[in-house]
Amino acid sequence: MHKNSLIQLSRALDRREISSVELTEIYLDRIARMDGKYNSFITVTAELARAQAREADQRRQAGNNGPLTGIPIAHKDIFCTRGVKTSCGSRMLDNFIAPYDATVVEKLRRAGMVMLGKTNMDEFAMGSSTETSFYGPVRNPWDLERVPGGSSGGSACVVAARLAPAATGTDTGGSIRQPAALCGLTGIKPTYGTVSRYGMIAYASSLDQGGPIARSAEDAALLLTAMAGFDARDSTSAERPAEDYSTHLEDSIEGLRIGLPREFFGEGLDSQIGAVIESAVKQFERLGAVVAEISLPNTRLSIPAYYVVAPAECSSNLARFDGVRYGYRCDDAADINDLFSRSRGEGFGAEVKRRIMIGTYALSAGYYDAYYLKAQRIRRLIRDDFHRAFAEADVILCPTSPTVAFKLGEKTDDPVTMYLSDIYTISINLAGLPALSLPAGFVGRLPVGLQLIGDHFGEARLLNAAHRYQQATDWHLRAPEGCG
Amino acid sequence: MDWEPVIGLEIHAQLATRSKIFSGAATAYGALPNTQACGVDLGLPGVLPVLNKEAVRMAVKFGLAIHADISRRSVFARKNYFYPDLPKGYQISQYEIPIVGRGSIEIEGENGAVMRIGITRAHLEEDAGKSLHEAVHGMSGIDLNRAGTPLLEIVSEPELRSAKQAVAYMKKIHSLVRYLEICDGNMQEGSFRCDANVSVRPQGQTKFGTRAEIKNLNSFRFVERAINYEIQRQIDLLGSGGRVVQETRLYDAERGETRSMRLKEEANDYRYFPDPDLLPLELSEEFIAGVEATLPELPDAKKHRFMAEFGLSAYDAALLTANRETADYFEATVTASGGQAKLSANWVMGEVMAALNREGKDITQSPISPTLLGGLVRRIADNTISGKIAKEVFEAMWNGAGDADTIIGTKGLKQVTDTAAIAAMIEEVLQGNPSQVSQYRQGKEQLLAFFVGQVMKKSKGKANPQQINAILKQKLENP
Repeated sequence: MHKNSLIQLSRALDRREISSVELTEIYLDRIARMDGKYNSFITVTAELARAQAREADQRRQAGNNGPLTGIPIAHKDIFCTRGVKTSCGSRMLDNFIAPYDATVVEKLRRAGMVMLGKTNMDEFAMGSSTETSFYGPVRNPWDLERVPGGSSGGSACVVAARLAPAATGTDTGGSIRQPAALCGLTGIKPTYGTVSRYGMIAYASSLDQGGPIARSAEDAALLLTAMAGFDARDSTSAERPAEDYSTHLEDSIEGLRIGLPREFFGEGLDSQIGAVIESAVKQFERLGAVVAEISLPNTRLSIPAYYVVAPAECSSNLARFDGVRYGYRCDDAADINDLFSRSRGEGFGAEVKRRIMIGTYALSAGYYDAYYLKAQRIRRLIRDDFHRAFAEADVILCPTSPTVAFKLGEKTDDPVTMYLSDIYTISINLAGLPALSLPAGFVGRLPVGLQLIGDHFGEARLLNAAHRYQQATDWHLRAPEGCG
Repeated sequence: MDWEPVIGLEIHAQLATRSKIFSGAATAYGALPNTQACGVDLGLPGVLPVLNKEAVRMAVKFGLAIHADISRRSVFARKNYFYPDLPKGYQISQYEIPIVGRGSIEIEGENGAVMRIGITRAHLEEDAGKSLHEAVHGMSGIDLNRAGTPLLEIVSEPELRSAKQAVAYMKKIHSLVRYLEICDGNMQEGSFRCDANVSVRPQGQTKFGTRAEIKNLNSFRFVERAINYEIQRQIDLLGSGGRVVQETRLYDAERGETRSMRLKEEANDYRYFPDPDLLPLELSEEFIAGVEATLPELPDAKKHRFMAEFGLSAYDAALLTANRETADYFEATVTASGGQAKLSANWVMGEVMAALNREGKDITQSPISPTLLGGLVRRIADNTISGKIAKEVFEAMWNGAGDADTIIGTKGLKQVTDTAAIAAMIEEVLQGNPSQVSQYRQGKEQLLAFFVGQVMKKSKGKANPQQINAILKQKLENP
């Protein structure tokens, strides 16, 4: 049963071939047996899942259900879940039981989804390998010596290893797409403002977006439809009518204009990955798409701009973790400043501290104009680049990551190299655009991700293109050894 | 050397919204600690601020009232610093682009001349919580009920030149925010408080001296005393060859002095930046016009109208418009009296104020309503009672004896206006005092008052004084 996609499971539940309770037990059993080697869950909520599954079965019996009712899901541990530990991968929140549900959690719960647990992640979503977690690194199911990507590495691992049919993730600079790519999955980061950030612990507020990690575009579309929508509790939420992202999946992509940004295919790209992307481009052409080269000249500025904006926002967003009201508090504080500095010094890990310090510096009097303001200007340049590109192309295609999954520990001592692994994904967050990653082939045993970038609120078109590609290919159907 | 003080005030007015500026929690004062703090006020992980539209409306109202530029687009910024009662580690405020730009108000200077005082800006921000150092034994407690309460920070230009002017300015703003009904003005509860920036410079010098900032002054009296103390301290310091350092000072009301709190060098770098959780605040012309339509008549306009419409002096008009409640009370009295403006003004400023002061009440608590007072004034005007009798009626009315007509009726206080009856009483008085009559006729005209008094006494104060005068004169001069 775990081999089925989310859509297939939904149909099986519709046909009463299986109950939600039975389905939930299958996944809970797999988690119990297999997660020891992956470390993908921080918390497994078995009893809660069983109760929610029973409720889902009742709803289905009463005919009061939607397509997602009774399907298990795992939530990234960045989403607040009422009555359940919400750690954000940090010692700081190791003792934090959230008193409320994030909007995303609430919406999926209302759709009848069954929460299996909370997935491991880079501490406060700061990382590209899930190695900065207080709870230890997550392993990639395709190769246990390698990272699953990050920061939503736990969520990607869970879906790749078939420990859950789908999971939620968040993406500030690539944290949904890069782990999806490294684990052979389909993940979408929606347009900024599409998915409510309420209850999603903030890393960099102007860049953070939640989204689904699933096995196919079709599954992702169904999940995104349930997750998205205006939320009055998030002032940056887009006030637009609700959208059903599944309705245009089957549309023809005959004549779809695909732009290939020449800056994304140059130096630094692994040639084998380049070859995989090239053959995917040919596949899109066979489906009727028209491919042309485009230019995004300011792409090279995206990493420096991101590493000013994101740390600046995080330095302020993480100030609330001060040991006063909740979370980690140091022992025997001598005075209030000692309480602040030791609680934070002991509660945060090295990467989080590094980014808080970079951000504090960038916002300091005398440096603000040179760093923060300049970075904001670069953001505008990047947005303008994309704006011009979308006059020539409907969708932009490029690799998701410059390499396949790298080895555990390979980049942990070299933060800059680690930061460069987000080179293809970061500019999209700076511009607030939607983008998805889907599997397009392999280099050796390791999956390669392909990224499709859309114009603002162009999610449906991205999912449509990805779905048509997946109907013509089977990369998304491959499973890691021992998981299929 | 002659020194000139330079003073600017930063007034914090707590806006009278029902809920907080970025959350739905209530703002009522005096609740048990932390019972009016929701997840947003506690700064829980994942929560987000949502701007209270009512607070925006109130800020715009203030801006329009001081004829300021209203920013069509203003920006909320984070002011970052660590403090135990600051839950998020930053305060949401406005920094580079405030909602209210430059405006001004008029105050009366010491010499009675009108001074125009510039207001640099007014911006919206949230209040912090409170640390309680006595409530929990051996520990400090935090009460976050106040956290997130909306504040309007009103910043004046450094155009005030004395403590008296500073107080006049603060009183004017206090009156204005209460007129606008955007702040309850309760200074004891901290709803209206200010920081004062004070420096001195040699008379004639244009460059400002180094300033000290006195924090958290919550009464007019303290503002005056603290500024005067600080001016003298700086003059003494400079006079003895010392130097003023830029610093934050606290006013100790018990000792009547200011004390250093922290030096500028120890000040925080607040690392202001636009709050990414809140989009820039954009105001449409319709919204601003809608707020403008709700503006009440403002104190200055009301004062001028009272002068023109009711013929009041500038002094009386200013007194009657000092707060909205008094002005409303006065106008309602005029209406109830059938348009007797001057008489009404005298009674409101005289008997009513005196009685309220005696009992420590404000005008909204007056046992005599404008309708009752107007009824009394009406009876004075139509000569039913004299001014003297009216005081007796007023006392009875104050003690709940009913309206003027009822009291006049039951106590038999109706003025005697029957000419024949008054003439008869006069005749009796003249016959009873023949020597005074002959003295008067020989030219001692001051005796007229004596005769009036005697007649009044005979009538138990009820005879109409004008009539007494007229008939007396006639009888004395034409025997």
